[in-house]
Amino acid sequence: MSPVIDIRGLSAASQAGPVLRDVSLQVMQGEAMALVGESGAGKSTIAKAVLGILPAAIRVTAGGIFFAGTNLLSLPERQMRELLGVRIALIPQDPQTSLNPSRRIGDQLTDGLRLRAGLNRKDAWARALALLGDVHIRDPELVLTRYPHELSGGMRQRVLIAQAFSLKPDVIIADEPTTALDVTVQKQVLRLIRNLQRDHGTALLFVSHDLGVVAQICDRITVLYGGKVLEQGSTAEVLRNPAHAYTRALLAANPRYDQPERNLKPVPEDLIAELRRENGG
Amino acid sequence: MPLTLILSRAVSAIVTLLGVMVIVFVLVRVVPGDPVAMMIAPGATEADIAALRAHYGLDLPLYRQFGVWFGQVLHGNFGTSISLKQNVLTIILERLPATIELALFALALAVAWGTFIALLSTAWRDTWVERCIDGFNSIMLAVPDFIWGLTFVLVFGVLIPLFPISGRSDPSLNQNLTTQFFIIEGLLRGRLGFIWDVLKHMIMPALTMSLPLAAVIGRVLKNTLMDVMVQDYIVLARIKGLSPSRILLQEALRNAAVPALALTGVQFTFLIGGTVITERIFSYPGIGNLAVDAVINRDLPLIQGLVITFGTLFIAVNMTIDAMTAWLNPRLRHA
Amino acid sequence: MPRDLRIVLGGGFILVLLIAALFSPWLAPFDPLEQDLLIATAPPMQEPGHLLGTDSLGRDVLSRLIYASRIALTVAFAASLIACLIGTLLGLAAGYLGGWCDMIVSRLIDIWMAFPPVLLSILLVAVLGSGLHSVIVAIAVIDWTRFARVVRAETQQQARLEYAEAATALGMGRGAILFREILPNVLPVILVLLSLEMGIAVIVEAILSYVGLSVSTDTPTWGGMIAEGRQIVHQAWWVLVFPLATLFMTVLAFNQLGDGLRQWLDPMLKR
Repeated sequence: MSPVIDIRGLSAASQAGPVLRDVSLQVMQGEAMALVGESGAGKSTIAKAVLGILPAAIRVTAGGIFFAGTNLLSLPERQMRELLGVRIALIPQDPQTSLNPSRRIGDQLTDGLRLRAGLNRKDAWARALALLGDVHIRDPELVLTRYPHELSGGMRQRVLIAQAFSLKPDVIIADEPTTALDVTVQKQVLRLIRNLQRDHGTALLFVSHDLGVVAQICDRITVLYGGKVLEQGSTAEVLRNPAHAYTRALLAANPRYDQPERNLKPVPEDLIAELRRENGG
Repeated sequence: MPLTLILSRAVSAIVTLLGVMVIVFVLVRVVPGDPVAMMIAPGATEADIAALRAHYGLDLPLYRQFGVWFGQVLHGNFGTSISLKQNVLTIILERLPATIELALFALALAVAWGTFIALLSTAWRDTWVERCIDGFNSIMLAVPDFIWGLTFVLVFGVLIPLFPISGRSDPSLNQNLTTQFFIIEGLLRGRLGFIWDVLKHMIMPALTMSLPLAAVIGRVLKNTLMDVMVQDYIVLARIKGLSPSRILLQEALRNAAVPALALTGVQFTFLIGGTVITERIFSYPGIGNLAVDAVINRDLPLIQGLVITFGTLFIAVNMTIDAMTAWLNPRLRHA
Repeated sequence: MPRDLRIVLGGGFILVLLIAALFSPWLAPFDPLEQDLLIATAPPMQEPGHLLGTDSLGRDVLSRLIYASRIALTVAFAASLIACLIGTLLGLAAGYLGGWCDMIVSRLIDIWMAFPPVLLSILLVAVLGSGLHSVIVAIAVIDWTRFARVVRAETQQQARLEYAEAATALGMGRGAILFREILPNVLPVILVLLSLEMGIAVIVEAILSYVGLSVSTDTPTWGGMIAEGRQIVHQAWWVLVFPLATLFMTVLAFNQLGDGLRQWLDPMLKR
């Protein structure tokens, strides 16, 4: 089975120094791969590189990102636009700011259906209704006519999830999709993403800083620190037998509800110093 | 909620209008030159002059004059023009449509041109195109109506005579009309040749008035567009694979328009003030031109009537803009 | 355009005008009031010595242009300085004293700005009678709000800064604080406005003389020349072109000077 997304030896740098160092990872068909790391580890950078929206300040210095045999990094803009939305989609982080405040939900949801899949307005609208049903939104007819500010954060994120799946892409990038949500809603949304992903057989690249979150829905995990891949493997392996000290420290840092007396342990100072030395400063 | 806002704005506007009316009333009454003296025939007696003065109520103390006049205004009686010997309200209503059509035409031109250069400048940002437009815009902002108007007179009236530079329409074409709204009535009656003639006469003065406003719209809208273009939903639109032109027009413009509208609102009222000198330059028969004549002739009733008219126009424009801003912003609409 | 170039070009042109105004009798080839109907409406260079042609009464256009700079500059400096004075004083008071003083001044500004400036200036001049003094007063009376608004905002900002509080702690009287501490820091903004205001004053004077409400029609003014030129634009375009161009350049010069000053003073403003 060939990987849907194949990142090979990706290195990137900004004015301040290296951002990614020789990162390699593969997302296989139908698989959910987690990209875990703390802030600044480079996971957002990888996601942006795949989607072709790297900020001008960051340049790729080596490696490639292969999708269906093509290197996305060397693809001209027009062709990249063909892929985006249809074969590669995004579930964004902030449902508050990722929807256009001046357009109705229905209009935004049917953009892709009308413009890329060629459906007429009526059919697109009907399809959007079905999509809202898939993400368990009550009163979908009403929601389609609403504006984003009239929905709750959880509902908005569901709309964005529906949007991502709408054109049945090969792979979806989820950029910390539950970070901006209430804890009570997070679990539902996570389960939703997992079920939809499994039903459609879509590959998923799930970016997060929270090992606890990704453990629930991902098949494999890649741990990132300082732009370098520290550890990679199936979820079960990584969580039960973490190879790298950093991963072990991350796991230990997660609070456990069944052991409230155990203190939160931050990542040890000397480990950080050693990692920094490995990364050359 | 918007209703209370509109009401409070209306009250505030009316208070301002009253203040303006009082100021003007007092100012013109302080006139050193005696308006009555301008109207009498040589050889008139003291009694004649006194009678004329009494007729115009100029012999009463100032505050009583104001009271009398204010009462009349509320009844729709604006008095008689000293210089034109006609009912003031009639004169103003006769000339008002010409100015309204001109102002609206200028507004349309300004919005069209301003929006166009804002969009162009955003689409081609960080290129020479943007720098060019910015430079051009600065010039448009710095040059006042007065100079534009006369430059157009020179260029299009004399150098390359394309358009007429005075008047409102060819006298042979504007017969048999019931209103003075030439464009509207012309459209209703299907007199296309007539409409074309009126437009030809209007284009120069309208263009003159529109350029400074277009420059302001261009700059403000570009700034709001640039703010919008870095928003998350625009990034997502790009990731949805939408084309750049679609993103600019469909997604960005409507969000940029609202704050731009709020910021340029005040400039619209300047447009109305601009009719005064522009109509003069192009001998256009509207209330702007009328105002200049009224002041030169010290025609008190006419001046007062015109002040009320202009004040009311300002209020109308401001309220329209407030209403539009509220309507366009979905958040306010549903509040 | 770099700020130094703006200041140099703008200031330079104003300087040229200043020289023209001060030394008009020596620079102008002819008497601006001298009529010679035999050579009326002569194109530029046609009649000997009349480089820019003559108007409908045979008067030399160039000479009138030079003499008219006197009116323009007199009005520019006088009107803007008076407007600056009124506006700055009221703005300082409103911004520093706050309370009902601020409320009154702000209301006043709002009402004042509700009027179209052109209409108001024409009205005022009609009230005050024509003549240079009334033009100057009219412009100052209308445009003081421009200064007041900005000075008020700037004063409010400055008053909140630490050095003002420190001065109070040191026991300086309010008046002293206002004039010795705050005013010098507001001065750069005032300077920029002053330059822009002069450009506006020149335009308003031109409009007033265009309409015939400025100085007597004998004294040459750019606006008056433009009005005449407009009348005979089909027969003698030069009577309109040259004063119009000079007016344009003057306004541009004041604008560029103001913009250049603003750019130069910007790092000093941002404190």
